[in-house]
Amino acid sequence: MTDSSGTKSLSIIVTKGSLDWAYPPFILSTTAAAMGLNVTLFFTFYGLSLLLKDLDLKMTPLGNPAMKMPMMGGHMGMPNFASMIPGVDAGATVMMQNMMKKKGVASIPELRALALESEVRMIACQMTMDLFEYTLDDMIPGIEVGGAATYIEVATQSEINLFI
Amino acid sequence: MADQTLDAKGLNCPLPILKAKKALTALPPGATLEILATDPGAVKDFAAFCRTTGHELVEQSVDGNVYRFVLKRKA
Repeated sequence: MTDSSGTKSLSIIVTKGSLDWAYPPFILSTTAAAMGLNVTLFFTFYGLSLLLKDLDLKMTPLGNPAMKMPMMGGHMGMPNFASMIPGVDAGATVMMQNMMKKKGVASIPELRALALESEVRMIACQMTMDLFEYTLDDMIPGIEVGGAATYIEVATQSEINLFI
Repeated sequence: MADQTLDAKGLNCPLPILKAKKALTALPPGATLEILATDPGAVKDFAAFCRTTGHELVEQSVDGNVYRFVLKRKA
């Protein structure tokens, strides 16, 4: 909502919790906050895992034909049958983490801490917490719990509403 | 000379912007912040950051692969 000081608002519904998909919501929310916007993130379904104290982010090349890693001067994807082999997900995750470190990309724990520091409002979906049997004790401090109506109220007051 | 320098070389999007914002907040209004970055995306991003926030981009140059920006904190 553009309030009396002219501040605009951004809200994002965060539905994915893998290492790669954790980036867009945290990059956009920290940047928007740095640019003076009020920001709200609503974490639902697999996105909820991004609020856990114990972040254990992984990714998989399975079913992702667009995931091509730079390798030997070119780019290589992985066929689905190979992605199913035990250890491939862990290998892809380590590879991505190393690549990110080398290229100066922030880690998700770092971006999440910056988001909290810049007062990004984080709402955990109550229904998802019940469904997957999580309690507030599993989550980082500084977040709140809410439902669909809580999010919709935020959305009606925000200029930008994204679903990731 | 800028009042303060931020070395953001080697950092990728959005870290140069986030660190610049943090440094600007600690400066008094009207003070200047010099930022050194190697992220080519920073050129468009600092321009957009300044247009949106009202901080002023007073200088901009490039030396090899290092981009230099001087931002003046808004009053």
